[in-house]
Amino acid sequence: MSGRKILRYIHRYRFMVALSLLLAVVVVVLTLYVPILTGDAVDLLLGQGLVDMPAIFSIMTKIGIAVLITAVSQWIMNTCNNYITYHVIWDIREDAFQKLEILPLQYHDTHAYGEVVSRVIADVDTVADGLLMGFTQLFTGVLTIFGTLLFMLMTNIPITLVVVCITPVSILVARFIATKTYTMFRSQSEIRGEQTALIEEMVGNLKIVKTFSKEADVKEQFAEINGRLQKSSLRAIFFSSITNPATRFVNSLVYAGVGVFGAFIALRGGISVGRLSCFLSYANQYTKPFNEISGVITELQNAIACAARIFELIEEEPQVPEAEDAKVLEAARGEVTLKDVQFQYVPEKPLIRDLNLQVKPGQRVAIVGPTGCGKTTVINLLMRFYDVKEGAIRVDGTDIRDYTRGSLRTSYGMVLQETWLRAGTIRDNLCMGRPDATEEEIIQAAKAAHAHSFIKRLPKGYDTVITEDGGSLSQGQKQLLCIARVMLCLPPMLILDEATSSIDTRTELKIQNAFAKMMQGRTSFIVAHRLSTIKEADVILVMRDGNIIEQGNHETLLSQNGFYAELYNSQFAG
Amino acid sequence: MKKLLVYLKDYKKESVLAPLFKLLEAFFELLVPLVMAGIIDRGIGGNDRAYIVRMGLCLIALAVVGLTASITAQFFAAKAAVGFSTKLRQALFDHIQDLDFTNIDQVGTSTMITRMTSDINQVQNGVNMTLRLFLRSPIIVFGAMIMAFTIDVKSALVFVAAIPLLGIVVMGITFFTIPLYKKVQAGLDRVLSTTRENLTGVRVIRAFHREAQEAAQFHEENTALLALQQFVGKISACMNPVTYVIVNAAVIVLIYVGAVQVDTGILTRGEVVAILNYMSQILVELVKLANLIITITKALACAERVAQVFEIQPEQTEAQTADDKKTEAAKQVSDGADAPYLVFDHVSLTYAGAGAETLKDIHFTVNRGETVGIIGGTGSGKTSLINLIPGFYPVTGGTIRLEGKEIGELQKDPLQPGQKGLRDRIGMVPQKAVLFKGTIRSNLLWGNPDATDRELWEALELAQAKEVVEGKDGKLDAEISQGGKNLSGGQRQRLTIARALVRKPEILILDDSASALDYATDAKLRMALQGLAGQMTTFIVSQRASSIRHADRIIVLDDGEMAGIGTHEELLAGCEVYQEIYYSQYPEERRRA
Repeated sequence: MSGRKILRYIHRYRFMVALSLLLAVVVVVLTLYVPILTGDAVDLLLGQGLVDMPAIFSIMTKIGIAVLITAVSQWIMNTCNNYITYHVIWDIREDAFQKLEILPLQYHDTHAYGEVVSRVIADVDTVADGLLMGFTQLFTGVLTIFGTLLFMLMTNIPITLVVVCITPVSILVARFIATKTYTMFRSQSEIRGEQTALIEEMVGNLKIVKTFSKEADVKEQFAEINGRLQKSSLRAIFFSSITNPATRFVNSLVYAGVGVFGAFIALRGGISVGRLSCFLSYANQYTKPFNEISGVITELQNAIACAARIFELIEEEPQVPEAEDAKVLEAARGEVTLKDVQFQYVPEKPLIRDLNLQVKPGQRVAIVGPTGCGKTTVINLLMRFYDVKEGAIRVDGTDIRDYTRGSLRTSYGMVLQETWLRAGTIRDNLCMGRPDATEEEIIQAAKAAHAHSFIKRLPKGYDTVITEDGGSLSQGQKQLLCIARVMLCLPPMLILDEATSSIDTRTELKIQNAFAKMMQGRTSFIVAHRLSTIKEADVILVMRDGNIIEQGNHETLLSQNGFYAELYNSQFAG
Repeated sequence: MKKLLVYLKDYKKESVLAPLFKLLEAFFELLVPLVMAGIIDRGIGGNDRAYIVRMGLCLIALAVVGLTASITAQFFAAKAAVGFSTKLRQALFDHIQDLDFTNIDQVGTSTMITRMTSDINQVQNGVNMTLRLFLRSPIIVFGAMIMAFTIDVKSALVFVAAIPLLGIVVMGITFFTIPLYKKVQAGLDRVLSTTRENLTGVRVIRAFHREAQEAAQFHEENTALLALQQFVGKISACMNPVTYVIVNAAVIVLIYVGAVQVDTGILTRGEVVAILNYMSQILVELVKLANLIITITKALACAERVAQVFEIQPEQTEAQTADDKKTEAAKQVSDGADAPYLVFDHVSLTYAGAGAETLKDIHFTVNRGETVGIIGGTGSGKTSLINLIPGFYPVTGGTIRLEGKEIGELQKDPLQPGQKGLRDRIGMVPQKAVLFKGTIRSNLLWGNPDATDRELWEALELAQAKEVVEGKDGKLDAEISQGGKNLSGGQRQRLTIARALVRKPEILILDDSASALDYATDAKLRMALQGLAGQMTTFIVSQRASSIRHADRIIVLDDGEMAGIGTHEELLAGCEVYQEIYYSQYPEERRRA
């Protein structure tokens, strides 16, 4: 199946493939022809004064021509194979990445990213290795085996039988050793796994080891495993390293067999000395393609298995494409309506039912409720990370599905609990929403988010390069950067999902002022655990099990003495 | 690499014997074409059947001897390589365990894990291959040439011309492509990190509508990778054709020289066949040698990285001997009969490589048995401050004295029998609640290996972890998986507190250790610890005012400086930063105030 899909990618380069195969035939035939020519030359060396020099010269010319053609063909063939392989995997990677950008969020939320990365990188690489080996070795290997066999049969059948009968022994020996050492390698990798786990624990948590002064104990523990690993590695490495000498031994036997048997036949005039020497060089080469092909086949099987995983990704259903006439949402007023919205992630588990909400421009909406009540889901729907199953969400009176996704999303400024920064400078990160921002604007945004003072203290200030996970920045500092990033764009609507969860209460209080300024005249949605941050909202939605069970402002909700009052009081009970 | 070779010292014998036996094998292999020449000339030429059979047996004997020699070589090579890497691994692990906190921050634990695992394995592989193969190929190449000389000098001169040429081509292409392959790997890494970023940051990227720019960036990186791969491909594609041409050109010349020599009666036909055989052996070996060089270059690069870790030396001890004078002065102060229990004397701290001070002029005194609260915002230096007490980082200004003795001195002084080291006197509960694979008991015993079960249960009860353990199958012997992943955050945290209490520490440090506990458990824990007051000095770091408000004194940190010190009431009356923190958590009390 996936083999055929790879072929579809290869199909674009079919002329290259044809050329490569044609050249492979040329290379193999000529490579096999040269030993025959050499043998012919040897046959002309009859003894003192008996050498036919003109004939020798003509053979030399023939060899020269054959060798040059072979070399050129081989280089072109190799280059073709490289071209095809690298272009095919380039195509596959492009397709895979394009798909990543248009897959629904559902896919990303349900697949571990490490796994997806390994599909795009490691799996595609395995396909490349498989293809390259397949092209360069499989076809030429098979051709060489059959060509050699043909040439040998044409020269002398009995000696050929000797070669054909003894050669498989070397393959059997290699197999035998491989199966015997399999258990040794398994035990080695088990112990190695144990050791790696210990390293990860004790080096990964080195500070704790040192806190308890357990260094000596830990070293001892390591030494014990290390000793076992030594024993087991020695066995595995030694026994598997017998393979090469053993196959070489079998080859030597073939060589001896051909030599002796061939000599007897030569005595009876059944074969010339030149042909015998040609046979000897064939006998030396004959086993090589066998070993190579078995390697190529495992590699190809691997490649096909990996290709299947990539194609699974490439063929994944993309998000609903945008309509041709999708509107661009510009300068939104910020009127948001949710009408009879229903939503669930998995069909069996309804989550949001009949959600209705009317938000006037500039209103501040807070969403509260216990974990898993659907707060973040509402955000997912507003941003159109997920589409509603029933009902509709409208912004400025138009169904959000009639806007382009990009224009809808950029109309919101979003700060999430989960802080994500990209590898790059602090400046790159802040400018993400507005690549054209000036230096003053950047600094102003950072100051508003109370991030300026710690950025200034970093080794290179705004040009400090941070790693993907934010490196040495604390969770709180990362969150401040995410806030500054939004402060720089100032879109017409805001979504703050636990935006200050990692920031200490005092800094939070200061940021609240900045937030308050930012929220002035902007429709805002705020999710928070800390009720103190929500009290000033115009509308508070109290959610439970996917439904809005209470709605109103802080005072009215408290006086209702319902679920909100309960939540509020529990927080200050301690 | 040189520095690492000391770990091969105990395997001198093996490291010599392995190549020696390899040499033996190569020698026997080189005899084969000569025997074959005999078969052709004396057997076939002289019609001597008995000779052919004898030489056939001789070929088999050579094969058997060769096999024996090479298996012996493999054994010694494996033994030396495995023994070497075992020693190296142990030494590296021991070295890493001895690093100080500054080193750990600079190197990063994930780097050290890679060095310990994949890098060392590559080095082992390199040593093994070197011992096994590195001598074989040159021996065969030059051996073949020498054998050719023994047959015919004129023909052998062809070898003298061809071998350097082949060597230059094979090694040249190999060395030229090694850095290029590194570039390819770097290109692949860029493609990888862009892909990963797009997955981890998918929400943000879509929120900012950056899909098109991201795809453009990926396209650019992917195309750069393609160009690199093609370039390297074109160069390495030269290897086979060029060597093929050189070897066969030599064969053509050999045929001509051979023909002339046979015609003049100097050489026999069998000898020409033997010489041609030697030539083809050379090609095979050179290609093997090129592959070997790639393995060895990789191993050398890994060895370099491993050696770098060895070069990192803990600095702490040096730094302290440097200011001996200061410690002298400190000692004199301390000789006063009743020195205060713990003193921070104008302490400041700048982390290695950091631009600014993390702690500035921290100055306070703590009496035995007191409870000290430390509060402050994100990044205000709370954790840095308490990390100074067990001497995890050397102070860069001022001194810290425990019972009048400087902390650095305490760490350096040799221990009297029965005396506890500084760190053994301190019970530390770090921010991140980490447990190790094993059982609850094995984890608790980290605190004190000699603790009895009763002592363990006492600690658990104090840490409010009794019901956690009682709820598990096997109680103290309940299994804990790596990192304690089979426990909830709150459970882990209580067990780490119990672990610190098991050692009955003089000083207990809780670094934001109650963050995963609910308010009620947190309160109970504080009550229980209060009961130990007098025996144990306690430091509590927290962002929650409720956790520290009952402390004997509270240190308020702001941006690495002390913004205030005192009791809750004092601070509420006079410390602005404390007021802000407190009222941000208890807004209705502000109204009352």
